[in-house]
Amino acid sequence: MSANRPTPSTGAATRRISYAQAIREALAEEMARDGSIVLLGEDIGESGGVFGVTEGLWQRFGEERVRDTPISEEAVVGAGLGAALLGIPAVVEIMFGDFVTLAMDQIVNQAAKFRYMTGGRTHVPLVIRMVTGTAGATAAQHSQSLEAWFTHIPGLKVVTASTPYDAKGLLKSAIRAPDPVLFFEHKLLYNSKGEVPADEYTIPLGEGRVLREGSDVTLVAYLYMAPRALNVARRLEAESISVEVWDPRSLVPFDREGLRHSLAKTGRLVILHEAPRRCGFGAEIAAIAAEEFYDLLKGRVKRIAGANTPMPYAPELENAVIPSEERIAAGVREAVKMAPAQARGS
Amino acid sequence: MTLAAQYPREFLGRLYSEMRLIRRFEERAAELRNAGFIPGFLHPYIGQEAVAVGTCAALGPDDYITSTHRGHGHILARGGDPGRMYAELFARRDGYNKAKGGSLHIASIELGIVGANGIVGGGIPIAVGAGLALRQARRDGVVVTFFGDGASNQGAFHESLNLAALWRLPVLFVCENNLYGEFTPQHKHQTIRDIATRAAAYAVPGLIADGNDVLDVYRVVRQSADTARNGGGPALIECKTYRHRGHYEGDMARYRPPEEVARWLEADPLAAYRRRLVTDGLFTEAALAAVDQAVERRLDAAVEFAKASPHPAPEEAQEDVFVDSHDGRALL
Repeated sequence: MSANRPTPSTGAATRRISYAQAIREALAEEMARDGSIVLLGEDIGESGGVFGVTEGLWQRFGEERVRDTPISEEAVVGAGLGAALLGIPAVVEIMFGDFVTLAMDQIVNQAAKFRYMTGGRTHVPLVIRMVTGTAGATAAQHSQSLEAWFTHIPGLKVVTASTPYDAKGLLKSAIRAPDPVLFFEHKLLYNSKGEVPADEYTIPLGEGRVLREGSDVTLVAYLYMAPRALNVARRLEAESISVEVWDPRSLVPFDREGLRHSLAKTGRLVILHEAPRRCGFGAEIAAIAAEEFYDLLKGRVKRIAGANTPMPYAPELENAVIPSEERIAAGVREAVKMAPAQARGS
Repeated sequence: MTLAAQYPREFLGRLYSEMRLIRRFEERAAELRNAGFIPGFLHPYIGQEAVAVGTCAALGPDDYITSTHRGHGHILARGGDPGRMYAELFARRDGYNKAKGGSLHIASIELGIVGANGIVGGGIPIAVGAGLALRQARRDGVVVTFFGDGASNQGAFHESLNLAALWRLPVLFVCENNLYGEFTPQHKHQTIRDIATRAAAYAVPGLIADGNDVLDVYRVVRQSADTARNGGGPALIECKTYRHRGHYEGDMARYRPPEEVARWLEADPLAAYRRRLVTDGLFTEAALAAVDQAVERRLDAAVEFAKASPHPAPEEAQEDVFVDSHDGRALL
């Protein structure tokens, strides 16, 4: 069942905190709740991490639970997996998501398949936090958006939070999950702020969220493209185009029902992501729409995505690769203008 | 010193029985595969029995191992049930992994087996994690990670030994140097002869055991396990041994010089140990023949159990991907 509900406005107290702070709170609350949880990663301890996400956790929980590791992604992810298999939930940070390539055996061949290969006789409470996306001039080996790779491997869950509220609630669920979860965090979101309840809450994996209601077109966006989609939606309002921005929040499991619900309202689908277009997760969403929701569609599905290039260094080039607000707006306009007959017939 | 003066007779007999069980389990597995009962790979452990048995004899119920693609010996030495193992090899529902793993993936956390592995070196980081779990939970116990000479060239080995040394985790790195990484002889895949020397790079003890002498393996592992249990950190133990057969069942192993094979067959760990037990007057030939017969009867029953086990139903393919599949949505 999809909720498609916006941030609960129950009147309960909220605070305005950053995405990084929300992640830190999720880690701290879960570590306080379950004294066995261990954090592993490069420079996450005393120094609080390259992006400051784990700041203060080493001081609070000690060096045995917040473990600085050597630069050994394969051994560190494997250590997290081995600990998880023996009942110690582990949260591993991959400092830049690009470095996950060094740990692919442990993620793809081991963690993803362990439960299945053992006939369901093991649990893998392992979270791998992936610092993802470009941060501006971070170039080809510190900027990639690799989430689609992991959605292709059965046995992994993939979470892509775009707001502080979502990041906190989803990370808490990911840590409690008895299955391996790849938790993507976008560098450019760390300083973004949003309302987060003062009281404890969790968000189940597999429930998308309408970030902005609209009636002409559904714009699917996650991670850093979600706030960008919201900016575009606001701009297009002046042109009398009503854009619904829908964030799946997790790619595995994916909230088909939430997508269907939005398409039933708008009939048009534009999918946006920073990752390269070819075989990006947008291709999967487009296929789901084509196979399952064709009758709801009034026009062709459109993808707006990163270029099929490595990430260049120069800001002008980087901006040309990642979907800009102008490119997104143009794509949405095009999708809305496509008349049904024309779209179906072309 | 005679064996009897050093070890209880019952213990020595158990080691023989376990080695014999592994040898015959593997020989019969090869026959069963030829007879069409086993659809997948087999990487026979024949010739290396002393390593698994000697190592696991030094372990207790609170200890763990990670195994390899050549792992049946480790599983049996750890107390694995041959019936459930054959059932797994036969791809039947009563196998350890409900027929979802096969030979390369037999695991049983209850028996302290944190997975065999189809990836060379893949189990080593997991063993470090198991050691970390013991440390975090303030549990006693050590973890043995088995791997071969081939795996000692993987980054996973080096990263893991460094990490285990850094954190002084109770992990023993037991390298079964059988002189071949798949088809490639050791001198063509590394410049060293003694893999134990790699321990020096991580400031941990590097020890060499005669991998064809079950008691020598036991002695070295026991010593290192005691050290690790007392917080002394990991060790690298190289067991020099040889696989009697090819890399996998069906590999004719023509890449090995016949005189080399003949020399190592002469040093067969099972035959040598058997002779020693008789020479030292601990067991008569007749007593050991009775052990052999008991092993045979146990394997007869194991094969019958596996043959009687049902095949999995096709719909079971969808099960066990996740603990929580979100009502199946995570599978879509």
